[in-house]
Amino acid sequence: MNKLFMKGVRHGLPIGLGYLSVSFAFGTQCTDNGLTIMQALLISMTNLTSAGQLAGLQVMVSQAALASGLIEMALTQFIINLRYALMGLSLGQKLGPTMNTPRRMFFSFSNTDEIFAVASSQPEKLHHHYLYGLMVMPYIGWSLGTLLGAAAGEILPEFVTSALGIAIYGMFIAIVIPPARREKSVAMVALIAIAISVCFRYIPGLSAVSGGFVVIICAVIAASAGALLFPVKDDAAEGGADA
Amino acid sequence: MSWTTYLMYLAVMAGVTYLIRMLPLTVFRKEIKSVFIKSFLHYVPYAVLAAMTIPGVLESTGDIRTAAAGLIAAVIMAWRGHGLLTVAIVACAAVAAAQGLLLLI
Repeated sequence: MNKLFMKGVRHGLPIGLGYLSVSFAFGTQCTDNGLTIMQALLISMTNLTSAGQLAGLQVMVSQAALASGLIEMALTQFIINLRYALMGLSLGQKLGPTMNTPRRMFFSFSNTDEIFAVASSQPEKLHHHYLYGLMVMPYIGWSLGTLLGAAAGEILPEFVTSALGIAIYGMFIAIVIPPARREKSVAMVALIAIAISVCFRYIPGLSAVSGGFVVIICAVIAASAGALLFPVKDDAAEGGADA
Repeated sequence: MSWTTYLMYLAVMAGVTYLIRMLPLTVFRKEIKSVFIKSFLHYVPYAVLAAMTIPGVLESTGDIRTAAAGLIAAVIMAWRGHGLLTVAIVACAAVAAAQGLLLLI
């Protein structure tokens, strides 16, 4: 296809690699819990989200009465995935004029934490070719990893899967550090978010809060603090995360 | 689990997840004027990524020592301005190297 599409594919490659190992673990868990390989694969192909799928699997296999099980499923997904609403709102401000309604509806399916992060760190307004390219490798990685994990949990030696496990985080770090080096404000926001997230992980009681909620709480507090202390001038905000 | 039950669960799960992603991105089209909200949304990605990385990265490899090696390698590479893929690959390589080293000790 074209240059923008290929640029998106390239940017999606580290995400896809990272997903491969994460979804591999998910696939293994599905078959461990009695799902077929096909059922495991279908979950990943229709959801494309890590924490939500893991929680969803637990609800599915919980043996609850169907009606209450379905309600629990809806509530769980709503709470864990609410962060995507915040990200959608943020990314919506960065979409270029080619992103009409059907294209928005198509792309939004794949607005994961990682795809959102990479897309919003682009300096320019986003074109649909770039975003479509960006979806490709993560979708393949996520589906393929699930399939492999469900089909043969032991197919990859453990040292390979555990080394791949850090790929996604390496990518996050590569997105945050350069702007944090340039702008004190970004560094401050990141440090506030880290401090809160560490509290939620290690303080007894707080650590019971689900991961999706922790991300929302950290994002709201840290980004509000940033907006109050370091309001962004118009042009900088429009230049996006990299400005 | 029967396919009927499975498919009902799947529909609810995928439907809720999709709607949460789709609605804000598709329905809300206006350009935001408020400086506070603009700034807030500008900082959201960094806050999200930082919160997801620390402390999560330390548990990503199953051993905090190899994860720390990968984290340090990634920070150094990112500090030097290398791209996403390079930083991710070097982090994986650092974890693999640390795993090898731990086997020798």
